[in-house]
Amino acid sequence: MQTSNRVRGISVENPLLQINHLSTSFRIGDQYYRAVDDVSLSVNKNEVLGIVGESGSGKSALAYSIMRLHNRAKIEGEILFRGKDIMTLKNSEMNKLRGNDMAMIFQDPLTALNPLMPVGNQIGETLLLHQPNISKHERKERVLELLHLVGIPRPNYVYEQFPHELSGGMRQRIVIAIAIANKPELLIADEPTTALDVTIQAQILDLIRELKEDMHSGVILITHDLGVVAEMADRVAVMYAGEIVEIADVVSLFENPLHPYTRSLLNSVPAEGQDRLHVIQGIVPALQYLPREGCRFRERIPWIDPSAHEEHPELHEVEPGHFVRCTCFKQFYFPDKREEAGIYGNS
Amino acid sequence: MKFMWKFIVRRIIITFPQLILLSVLLFLMAQAMPGDALTGLIDPNVPEEVKEQRREELGLNDPWHVRYVDWVSGIVKGDLGQSFRFKMPVTEVVTDRVINSFWLSLVTLVFTYLIAVPLGMLSGRYNNTLLDSAITTYTYIGFATPIFIFALVMVWVFGYNLGWFPTSGSVAPGLEPGTMEYYLSKFYHLLLPALSMALIQTVSTVQYLRSEIIDTKQKDFIITARAKGASESRVYNRHIFRNSILPIAAFFGYEITTLITGSIFVERIFAYPGMGQLFIESVLLRDFSVVNAVVLLFGIAMILGALLSDIILSIVDPRIRIK
Repeated sequence: MQTSNRVRGISVENPLLQINHLSTSFRIGDQYYRAVDDVSLSVNKNEVLGIVGESGSGKSALAYSIMRLHNRAKIEGEILFRGKDIMTLKNSEMNKLRGNDMAMIFQDPLTALNPLMPVGNQIGETLLLHQPNISKHERKERVLELLHLVGIPRPNYVYEQFPHELSGGMRQRIVIAIAIANKPELLIADEPTTALDVTIQAQILDLIRELKEDMHSGVILITHDLGVVAEMADRVAVMYAGEIVEIADVVSLFENPLHPYTRSLLNSVPAEGQDRLHVIQGIVPALQYLPREGCRFRERIPWIDPSAHEEHPELHEVEPGHFVRCTCFKQFYFPDKREEAGIYGNS
Repeated sequence: MKFMWKFIVRRIIITFPQLILLSVLLFLMAQAMPGDALTGLIDPNVPEEVKEQRREELGLNDPWHVRYVDWVSGIVKGDLGQSFRFKMPVTEVVTDRVINSFWLSLVTLVFTYLIAVPLGMLSGRYNNTLLDSAITTYTYIGFATPIFIFALVMVWVFGYNLGWFPTSGSVAPGLEPGTMEYYLSKFYHLLLPALSMALIQTVSTVQYLRSEIIDTKQKDFIITARAKGASESRVYNRHIFRNSILPIAAFFGYEITTLITGSIFVERIFAYPGMGQLFIESVLLRDFSVVNAVVLLFGIAMILGALLSDIILSIVDPRIRIK
């Protein structure tokens, strides 16, 4: 982390966002279960932090916690935004930050817009909430500018349209326009391209990158697409079962991945000359059944000697700015076909 | 907006074949009833040939489509025939009753929504709290109580025992129509029946609104609204409420139907001279020309209610306007 920041000449002492020991728990039945477990990380201005992991690894729960958008979750820990702990803010004070200083791009553009409101008004609402003094006319001008900025043709026409009249890619542009309307310092993009087809994906990512360059915002990019991370992120945090298992700058992570989970993820990406695709066996366990003791990835790499895991896995700094959880990475290897057949009992 | 007008015009055009079909059906059913216009009106001692001659003069022997056109053109001119019981034109009989039913139903509707909207919103917003349980309990009691029992209890308590409200009629006797006292008295007579009906009718609307709000508040676009920095009250008033009233808006048109049809039970219990009461009495006394006119009006009211309901929906929900 320090290396990458030094390279960019940004002081590490004042990150835009500093999360310390954040845990988010949801109630199932009578008990609370941690979907985000003791996560600490930081995001600097003008930096893209990628967060990767499978579904259910707690990425979105983390993002929603930062914006404090959870309805009924227990959140513990510190979220320092510009040095101030926003966990202590009242909801009305939080409302002044949301949509203004920090904003979010949502995963599914098909459901993220109000079906009964023309899209122009939906973008305008963000302006209205944080800049109540500008005139109606000026607000409309700003919305038209925003529509133009996110690459929507014929802004005047689209302004009056309803979400159902627009395509998925167009709607995602509207969602982005809402998020960037007030030039937020922190932009959280929660799988912004998951619901879109590949050609649109590239356009949307380019757009997010351009906007980031313009606004010098810090960006948290949540995705399960490693290609997206490689292309966009400056630093990457890999999450598994609510924990960060590895965090490093993007070059180190892709050139020298350490944690078995990171290596398995990278190995699961189709590559040329590969005869078969690696599959990580098993699934992320449901929230109630997450292992709470020892290495959480243990069960999905059963061929590794159990003694390789730490009893209480911690993040170790293996090189400056490159952290990895648990010691099992030292002994990790991919099983060959014969061995794999022995482990899983299939051919 | 352009789409909306297109939709409304197209929707209105569709109602014409509906109205024609309704009138044909009604005409054929009326024809199927025994007797004709002369039965009961003419001296039984008049010889058959004279009756036959009268029939010929009145056009009763014409083919059915000629008689149908005759009947329809009469209706269009406001001629619904003669009431056998009242010995006066059906149009006159019906007009008074429609006006009474209209006011009763209007006041009932106003009460219904005055109760339903706040209760439904509170219940949906604070679901699974004590307040919500209390409101839900009321709705279950409302569902379980038949209106004719409840209305009787209301008459007995507030009419007879406490004497706060009149127990029958639509206006106090001896008042000059057109004066202030006359209208006040009319309104006073409306209150108890309207309130009785509203208290029972409203529970389904409360339930609809409650479940819609609970459903809407966990939609993704509500999170978008919160992420914009909208306050809770703004989220509820601007985003959740409008999306939750769609089924109620759809229902509203049909409720409008009751403005014309009135309420059979409540009008009877409160001895209120409206359409519901007229319908029951005319059926019992076999005053067929009135029954015919009333059924026709009810049918028209239903068709117009459906029309109105679709138009309201198209205004509230832009997704309906296309196609």
